[in-house]
Amino acid sequence: MTDTIMEHAASDLHKGEALVEMDGVGKSYGVIRALEGVNLRVGAGEVTCVLGDNGAGKSTLIKIISGLHPHTEGTLKVDGKERHFGSPRESLDAGIATVYQDLAVVGLMEVWRNFFLGSEIRKGRYPMAPLDIKGMREIADRELQKMGIFVKDINQPIGTLSGGQRQCVAIARAVYFGARVLILDEPTAALGVKQSGVVLKYTAAARDAGLGVVFITHNPHHAYLVGDHFIILKLGRRVLDKKRSEVSLEQLTTEMAGGQELAELSHELKR
Amino acid sequence: MSSSVVTEPSAAPPTSDVPVRESRSFVSRLLARPEIGALAAAIVIFLFFYAVAPTFRTFAAASTYLYASATIGIVAVGVAMLMIGGEFDLSAGVAVTTAALCTGMICYELSLNVWVGVVISLALALAIGFVNGFLVVRTGIPSFLVTLSTFFILQGLNLGVTKLVTGAVASPDISQLDGFASAKAVFASNINLGFMTLNITVLWWILFVAVATWLLLRTRVGNWIFASGGNEASARAVGVPVRKVKIGLFMGVGFLAWFLGMHLLFNFSTVQAGIGVGNEFIYIIAAVVGGALLTGGYGSAVGSALGALIFGMTTQGIVFAGWDPNWFKTFLGVMLLGAVMVNLYIKNYAAQRK
Repeated sequence: MTDTIMEHAASDLHKGEALVEMDGVGKSYGVIRALEGVNLRVGAGEVTCVLGDNGAGKSTLIKIISGLHPHTEGTLKVDGKERHFGSPRESLDAGIATVYQDLAVVGLMEVWRNFFLGSEIRKGRYPMAPLDIKGMREIADRELQKMGIFVKDINQPIGTLSGGQRQCVAIARAVYFGARVLILDEPTAALGVKQSGVVLKYTAAARDAGLGVVFITHNPHHAYLVGDHFIILKLGRRVLDKKRSEVSLEQLTTEMAGGQELAELSHELKR
Repeated sequence: MSSSVVTEPSAAPPTSDVPVRESRSFVSRLLARPEIGALAAAIVIFLFFYAVAPTFRTFAAASTYLYASATIGIVAVGVAMLMIGGEFDLSAGVAVTTAALCTGMICYELSLNVWVGVVISLALALAIGFVNGFLVVRTGIPSFLVTLSTFFILQGLNLGVTKLVTGAVASPDISQLDGFASAKAVFASNINLGFMTLNITVLWWILFVAVATWLLLRTRVGNWIFASGGNEASARAVGVPVRKVKIGLFMGVGFLAWFLGMHLLFNFSTVQAGIGVGNEFIYIIAAVVGGALLTGGYGSAVGSALGALIFGMTTQGIVFAGWDPNWFKTFLGVMLLGAVMVNLYIKNYAAQRK
């Protein structure tokens, strides 16, 4: 599994090298500040976990990096160059691939069409060039098998796969197309224990291949299994920013559950 | 697997790590096609009228219902593609009339060669499609509402402008103008096949269906259309230009509406300003009977053609059967409901056996 990711991962990745750096990044929607003052560094071969409750600003953060909504404050650097993404295409071209929780794939389309969606192989370069359907089927089939994802038929609609398999196909697709930074938006939220395990193993494999991974979740247990760096957001602000060596799973869990607020609440409700 | 190896090691078949992958049977793949329900319904309806109406069995009848089907099917191809892309167009019916009136009046009033008017109305039809699409992707207002507005605007303009320019409610007769004969040959001639005469629109219809099918299944744009309708956010996230795709689809409907408008104009050399109202639903029905999902992301061009064929055979079949035409709409409704239910049944059946 890991070998295949290694094979495809961009060769110019050096462990620890900063791929994405955010400095004081914020985003306002009109008068509402969804996010402010976020510093984030995604290094090659590292998993940066962003944790937070609903409405903490996790989605806004992803949207900024993946080019869906540009930021309104601060600076975003990719490979040391300042960027301001206006569209998902720009972000993709910079090597940043985002895998969304529930909208990673188009359910009614075949597995291979999903695998190549947006990066189709064609038999020519002229505008209406036909697709190389046979080639794409073979590549998708081979790549998925190599990566340990077995589908009954590469031509079946992807909606007939399990949730975990769909996530893995989406991640495999991102890696195959040479992503350097992988953003995983709540990849395990809708999955059972076993399926989550598959996705987490896959995340670790991507990290070991030298990719920078941003892992968005509200599950500190999943985060601690793969993370090198942890950031907790609350109401659009950063409330914790620590390396793995500086924080324990217990601290993370407590902080996610509410931290100081929880302590106060437990004092109030003391019986 | 491993437990059986312990009990009878020698008899265990050699197994690889890769699970055996069974390819789906031909039947289950066939049933997974969107148009299969419409095909079944078309065959049933054909056999039904074949049995009850003797005149329905002739080539002359075939020529009549194929022509009726083509006049629906040409625009239905575009509407089906638009629906696969996740949008509706309620203005398609009156846009046909708008294009025809535009060519008719401009050519007559300015005494132009008709081909000039043909090109001008093409630009107008594409512009209408562009405006529809642009408003939908820019404002995020459902296309149902945007195109309902366009429908009323065009309906009013068709009558209002025609009355203002000609003083009547029809475009003037343009059959004496330069280029009329060649335009009629392209848009509205009859082809004698010996055993039957075929209206040229039937050939155009087949061509449009073939091009649309190729576009949908064999090109990148087709992939993008399915993705835009199936899951817009996901398509956008992998870099599909969803907005351009949707605007393009609206313009495609505009193009086909223009084509049918040209046919009507050169077939009759004059066009009534009030026609076309209600046809938008027939196009949508043809697409839906042909397997297009109302929610987008699923459907086919061949299906829309079968839907149009069902419509054409039913409208003409009732006449051939000699029934009271007052029952026509009721009968049509029952037929369509039946077709859609067959469709649904087969789709569910196909979904169960993956």
